[in-house]
Amino acid sequence: MSAVTLPLHEQAPAPTAAHVAPSAGLRGLVSDWSSDREAFHVSWGKAMMWIFLLSDTFIFGSFLTGYMTVRTSTTVPWPNPSEVFALHVAGKDIPLLLIAIMTFILISSSGTMAMAVNCAYRRDRVNAAALMFVTAAFGEMFVFMQAFEWSKLILDEGVRPWANPMGAAQFGSAFFMITGFHGLHVTAGVIYLIVVATRVLRGKYEKSGNYQIVEIAGLYWHFVDLVWVFIFALFYLW
Amino acid sequence: MSSVTTTTPATAGHDAGHAVGQQHPIGLYFKIWGLLFVLSTLSYLVDYFHFHGLMRWTLILTFMILKAGLIVAVFMHMAWERLSLIYAILVPPLALLVLVGLMWAEADYTFLTRLIFFR
Repeated sequence: MSAVTLPLHEQAPAPTAAHVAPSAGLRGLVSDWSSDREAFHVSWGKAMMWIFLLSDTFIFGSFLTGYMTVRTSTTVPWPNPSEVFALHVAGKDIPLLLIAIMTFILISSSGTMAMAVNCAYRRDRVNAAALMFVTAAFGEMFVFMQAFEWSKLILDEGVRPWANPMGAAQFGSAFFMITGFHGLHVTAGVIYLIVVATRVLRGKYEKSGNYQIVEIAGLYWHFVDLVWVFIFALFYLW
Repeated sequence: MSSVTTTTPATAGHDAGHAVGQQHPIGLYFKIWGLLFVLSTLSYLVDYFHFHGLMRWTLILTFMILKAGLIVAVFMHMAWERLSLIYAILVPPLALLVLVGLMWAEADYTFLTRLIFFR
């Protein structure tokens, strides 16, 4: 605290690059913030992806907390997700069937993504790109199934963000908000994966031999799967 | 999470991992993949067999936390990262637990108020 108010010549000399007078103005601002101080011994790309994912954690955490609050405080019974999301197959209702399939698809996409990272670090770029395209395809399947689920809920069951025939009105708003935001993340992830996979396939990273971009894209993708774990447990199963 | 860190010590994995990035045997990924499938099936069965009350919530939360831990620790390689990064990412979300606690109390209060005035 006090070090900030001290004049420059009274401060203890900084351990590194003390003899170079800090430049003023905008240039000084840039050099102050980029003067080789590293807190995390990882590349900036990976550190920034983690910090972005941390902020995303707070977004989804706040959504889920909001959902908890409206569900706990409503005096009208909450629609039973097990029945709402049941699929009518072979003459009987199977609870949460579509959601279970979506869960397995997303987990599988996480598995192929992990293998893509492994291939990329072995500089096996064809397999890495292929596995990333498979991951993106799984993600796209997930989005299509979600679109099917949404249209079934909106058209057949009459669920709206402000009302639904099954019970508490807040069900619709919580559902559309949370799964909508997650679906948006999956869609963005699919685009991101396709872009990175195309670059990998074209050999953009061959010269530097640095394939960490695949791991960073993987971090994002695994996070999308991670969020679904919480949505599946707290929204669909609860 | 801890089971993963004990089988593959963080330091050894880290030193080897950072020369060429996070490189781990593909067999490990397959095992985690399988475990995630099993855990998802189990949590689906909780609904299928209509568990209710405390039993249901305990099982759902346990499977959820196990799955989340496996994804973060192995798929996202958190088990092999340095402690500075692990703490920087995993400690701040604890604030969300405080928020959940606060909102839980608030929601209960709202619920009781609604019971008194809106029924």
